[in-house]
Amino acid sequence: MIEIKDLHKSYKMGSNSLHVLKGINFKVEEGELVAIMGSSGSGKSTLLNILGMLDGADSGEYTLDGVPIKNLSETKAAQYRNKFLGFIFQSFNLINYKSALENVALPLYYQKVPRKERQEKAMKYLERVGLKPWADHLPSELSGGQKQRVAIARAMAAEPKVLLADEPTGALDSTTSYEVMDLIQKINDDGNTILVVTHEEDIAHMCKRIVHLKDGVIVEDKKVEQVRAEQYV
Amino acid sequence: MFDLERWQEIFDTIRKNKLRTFLTGLSVASGIFILVILLGFGQGMRNGIENEFKQDASTSVWVWPGVTSKEYKGLNPGRRIQLVNENYDKASAMFDDDIEYGSARIFVRGISVNYGKEALIYGVQGVASDFQFIENAKMVEGRFINYQDEVSNGKVAIIGNKIKKDVFGEVDTPIGEFIDISGIPFKVIGVFKEMEDREEERIYIPITTAQRTFNGGNRLNNLSFTLPPRENFDEAVAQAIDFKNGLREYLQQTHTIAPDDTGAIEVWSAMEEAKRYYGLTNNIKLFFWFVGVCTIIAGVVGVSNIMMIVVKERTREIGIRKALGAKPWSIIGMILHEAIFVTAISGFGGLIFSMALLEIVGPNVEVDYIMNPSVNFNVAFSTVIVLIVAGTLAGFVPAYRAAKVKVIESLRDE
Repeated sequence: MIEIKDLHKSYKMGSNSLHVLKGINFKVEEGELVAIMGSSGSGKSTLLNILGMLDGADSGEYTLDGVPIKNLSETKAAQYRNKFLGFIFQSFNLINYKSALENVALPLYYQKVPRKERQEKAMKYLERVGLKPWADHLPSELSGGQKQRVAIARAMAAEPKVLLADEPTGALDSTTSYEVMDLIQKINDDGNTILVVTHEEDIAHMCKRIVHLKDGVIVEDKKVEQVRAEQYV
Repeated sequence: MFDLERWQEIFDTIRKNKLRTFLTGLSVASGIFILVILLGFGQGMRNGIENEFKQDASTSVWVWPGVTSKEYKGLNPGRRIQLVNENYDKASAMFDDDIEYGSARIFVRGISVNYGKEALIYGVQGVASDFQFIENAKMVEGRFINYQDEVSNGKVAIIGNKIKKDVFGEVDTPIGEFIDISGIPFKVIGVFKEMEDREEERIYIPITTAQRTFNGGNRLNNLSFTLPPRENFDEAVAQAIDFKNGLREYLQQTHTIAPDDTGAIEVWSAMEEAKRYYGLTNNIKLFFWFVGVCTIIAGVVGVSNIMMIVVKERTREIGIRKALGAKPWSIIGMILHEAIFVTAISGFGGLIFSMALLEIVGPNVEVDYIMNPSVNFNVAFSTVIVLIVAGTLAGFVPAYRAAKVKVIESLRDE
């Protein structure tokens, strides 16, 4: 599904150059649930941005579902993002003046899905994350866990190949975190490929594979026994 | 523009950001409002000045004889020029094709006017039937002097509306009453109205009667003419100048006056005078346009500013949209589309409000030189179009900036 070969990325900070990713090689198969771990400054967010086509790599190869991702125009990148990727952010990033339903329907708008179909589809995904009764609520009327579930529904709505989650539980208490992880695991059970960036050990162990990043290189890549979040809920 | 989905998206955004939209719209609407009111008052001044000229027919030409100031063909300066019937008849014949209406006039002097026992101190003037049109006098009651009165030396008098009010207040109508002019009874047959009170303090009698009854001989005090209307102003001015020069030349020759002695025969043309004032009002109009355009520029800068703030405020939202797969052009389109929609609606709002105000208040404005301020709808409409276009251009920069928003930075947690 995802294939990365010898990926390099550096940022210019004034006259200095900060080498953030120093040759990453990494492969994700379809249906995997991968945790990317690392302390701050390890390059995990940069890697996620490149995977999410929000940033370009300096050198190296990146293939997503057999499509080489290289030298994309902004328009093309937007198209690919819409088609291939669903984002889940630490701070939810819902549009605050749109209801839960409208937030979920937004990626479908950019796929030019007709309004009615959009609403139906969005409702289906809201139902799947258990928030159908809150469809007409604004994000400000929802709890943190509910917001993240709306964000997950939104990421799912476009039916992407890969879900990218950047610290999805970072802003949540542990009970709510487990609820969200439970949801992510269930989505993964349905065969969706998911990448989770996190620095919490327990969250990482709820994935099937942990990739450790340190100073821009992968120091450890291991399969783990998945801890089901269900038991904590 | 005709993408229904886009419209729905924009209506959603507007509905959920009422205050922001209202403030943006208010700045545009007030800009247009100020502009239209300004243009309206510019037009009002023009109307007012035009009105000042409506006292006499706008194409009228007047001849006033004076005193020669130059020696010519052996004649001394200081001669008083006296116009006579022959001058008028000849001039009328010479310029027959150019003249619409014409009338000589004589001021009857050394007379006493009485109504019953009351002595009146109004001037009596002998005029011809056409004089009504030259003076632009409106008949309130009865009729003006007619041709029959002139041939029959009718003892009839036309009085001004002010005389009616001042003297004939006790009778229902002055028509049919008799006034005594130096012992001769004249029947009042009409009342006229003028723009100015001063001109209503006159008693008109037929010119033939004035000459024969009051020892006028064939003397005239002045001549007046109107020229036929022309299609445009410039032609009318040119016609007036031609006529004026021709008439002066003829009168100077008959009375043996030096061609450059302008004081001896003064020919005054309302058209030429009007041209000067039209020039003035054109300058005023230009000035108001200048102020108006400045207002529009201020409005555009305002719109651009607010759009900048809007983009700034929506940076995160734009970032989210981009992460969800919005293309750069769809972001630009969204911001621009919303801006144009808001600008257009509020622009028309301001336009309609200000035009309604002018429509309601305008006709009641009665200040000197300002009358019925109003605005040409086409002008106002085109300013709205200009504003929208300019607003679009001004909005494009913020919109473009919005499209360039870096997703990572915009979504970074503070």
